Amino acid sequence: MADTSRVVRSDGGRIARVLEQDSSELLDAWITAQSGVLSNRGTISATELRAQSREFLSLLKAATANGPTGTGTNGPAWDDVRGFLADLSRSRAVQGFSPSETATFVFSLKQPLFSRLRRAAGSDADALSDDVWNATLMLDELGLYTTEVYQKSREEVISRQQRDMLELSTPVIKLWEGILALPMVGTLDSSRTQVAMESLLQRIVETGSDVAILDITGVPTVDTLTAQHLLKTVNAVHLMGAECIISGIRPQIAQTIVHLGVDLEDVVTKSSLADAFRMALQHTGRAVIRSAPPANARAREEA
Amino acid sequence: MTVLRCETMPVRSQQDVVAVRQSVRSFAVAQGLSLVDQTKIVTAASELARNTLDHGGGGTARLEAVSDNGRTGVRLTFEDRGPGIADIARAMTDGFTTGSGLGLGLGGAKRLSNDFDLWSRTGEGTRVTITRWK
Amino acid sequence: MDRIPILRMGQFLIVSIQVDMHDRLALTLQADLAARISQTGAHGVLLDISSLEVVDSFIGRMISNIAGTSRVLDAETVVVGIQPAVAITLVELGLSLPGVRTALNIEKGMAMLREATAGFEEADAAGRNSLSECDDDSAAL
Ligand SMILES: Nc1ncnc2c1ncn2[C@@H]1O[C@H](COP(=O)(O)OP(=O)(O)OP(=O)(O)O)[C@@H](O)[C@H]1O
Ligand SMILES: [Mg+2]
Repeated sequence: MADTSRVVRSDGGRIARVLEQDSSELLDAWITAQSGVLSNRGTISATELRAQSREFLSLLKAATANGPTGTGTNGPAWDDVRGFLADLSRSRAVQGFSPSETATFVFSLKQPLFSRLRRAAGSDADALSDDVWNATLMLDELGLYTTEVYQKSREEVISRQQRDMLELSTPVIKLWEGILALPMVGTLDSSRTQVAMESLLQRIVETGSDVAILDITGVPTVDTLTAQHLLKTVNAVHLMGAECIISGIRPQIAQTIVHLGVDLEDVVTKSSLADAFRMALQHTGRAVIRSAPPANARAREEA
Repeated sequence: MTVLRCETMPVRSQQDVVAVRQSVRSFAVAQGLSLVDQTKIVTAASELARNTLDHGGGGTARLEAVSDNGRTGVRLTFEDRGPGIADIARAMTDGFTTGSGLGLGLGGAKRLSNDFDLWSRTGEGTRVTITRWK
Repeated sequence: MDRIPILRMGQFLIVSIQVDMHDRLALTLQADLAARISQTGAHGVLLDISSLEVVDSFIGRMISNIAGTSRVLDAETVVVGIQPAVAITLVELGLSLPGVRTALNIEKGMAMLREATAGFEEADAAGRNSLSECDDDSAAL
C-alpha cells in the first residue's frame, strides 16, 4: 500500500523537475530524434517542429507538476496536453502523415527523457525504475491518444469527402420551368437522403419551383429510416408551399413501405418519372401534345 | 470532453428566451454547425427555455462550446428549481401538456438534438441537457 | 418594438414578420390581426415569414391560430417564405401546420389568395391596388 502510493506520488515531481531543468537540452535531443523519422517528409518545417515540440514540453511540464503521473493522463490537469495533441494529430492527419509518424512525435521523447531521468536519479536504482516506469506509462498513453485522434480525423476527412461526393451524386435537375427532379440512384442511407433533401429544398426556393419529383427508380431497397426520410422530405416540401411527387417506387419497395407501416397516404406517387412529369405539367397548367405524327408513321403514309 | 467556451444566462422573462435563442445561434455558428443544424439546436433551445420559464418558474440556461475527440458541438443545459416533472415518461410523450401548449416541446427538443438528458424531481426542479454535434 | 405592423392592400392584409418575436408579441399580433380582419372585412391574409430563422412550437401554434381565426372570420390565410432549414426543423419537431396554406414566395402567395377569394374580387376591386397602412400604432417601425 505504502509502496504503491510512493510510486504514484513521488515521480510526477521528479519528471517535472527534469522537464524544467534540462528543458533546452532535452528539446534539442528530442528534435534530433524526431528528425531522424520525419526526414523524408518535408511537409513540416524545422521551425514549426521546434515550436510544436517546445509547446508540448512546456504543457507536459505543467501537467506533471500539477498532478502525479501514476494516476494516468486523463484528469483535468492533462486537458491542455491532450488538447494540444488532438490539434497536432488532426493537422498531421490532414497533411498526410502516417499514423506511426504522428505517434512518433510522442514516442521519440522516451529515449532523451529516460537518459535525463537516469542522470537525475544518480545511484538511486529504485527511483530510476519508478521514474522510467511512470514516464513510459505517461508517454504510451499520450502516444496512443494521438493515434486515436488521428484515426478519428481520417474518418472525418473521409466522411467529408463522402458528403461532397453525395452532393455531386444527387444533382437536382430542372425539368421545366417550375418543375424540379431529383433522380436518386443507389443505396439511400439516411445521411445521403438528408443531403439530397437539403439541396432539393434549397433549389425549390432558388428557382421558385411548384413541383419537385423525387425519382427513386434507381434505388434497390429502402429501410424504415430511409422511408421516413423520404416522408419528411415530402412534408418539408409541402410546408414550403410546393408539391412533391415520388416516382419509380419498385414493387419490392412498395411492399417494404407497407410492411414497415410507413404512412405514405398523403404522398403522391407515380410509377415512372414520365408519369410524374406529365402530372407535374398538368399541375402547373401545361400539357404535352403531339404536333405531328411520328416520323415512321409519316414514312408509311407517304409510301 | 473539453469545454471551449461557456456562458450562463438567466431565463426569467420572455425577452430572456429571445436572448437565449440569439446566443445559441452565435455559439452554433462559431462551432461551425450547418445552417440546418443551427436551426435545429436554436429551435430546441427555444422550446426548453420556454419550459424553464413557463413550467419551471424561471431558471438559467448554460451554453457551452464543447469538443470531444476532435468533434465539436454545442451543449445546452436548462435548469430550474420549479415544481419538477411528476411523470417524465408522460411529459416526453408528444401531445402531453399540463398547460395550453401542443405538448411538442420536450419530445421535439429530443428529436432536434443528438444527445438528450432530462433530470427532474418533484419539488426540487428540472434540468435538461442537450448537445448537437457538428 | 411592441407591435408587428399590418398592411392593407385592397381586400388583403399583409404581415411581414421581420423580428425574433417574444411570445407576447406573437399573441398581440394574433389579436391585432383578428381585429383588423373584422374591421376591414378583408378576405385574405398574407403572412410572410421569410425572415424568420426559427419557428418553434409557439410560433407554429400562432400561425395555426391565425389561419383558424381568419377562416372563421371569412378570410383565407397563406403563409409564405418558410426557409428550407425551418421547414426541415418543423417536420422534425412534429409540426405540420395542418389547415395552413403555404406558398414559396409573396408573388405566389398573392396569386393563391386572389384565386381563393375570386368570388369577392369584383365586389371589392376598387381598392385592390392601393397599398395603405391600416394600423396607426405600427407606423413607428
Ligand atoms: N421545466 C419544467 N418544469 C416543470 N414541468 C415541466 C418542465 N418542462 C416540461 N414540463 C412538463 O412537461 C410537459 C410537457 O412539456 P412540453 O414542452 O413537451 O409541452 P408544453 O410545454 O406543455 O407545450 P409546448 O411546448 O408544445 O408549447 C409540460 O406540460 C409540463 O407539465
Ligand atoms: Mg414546452
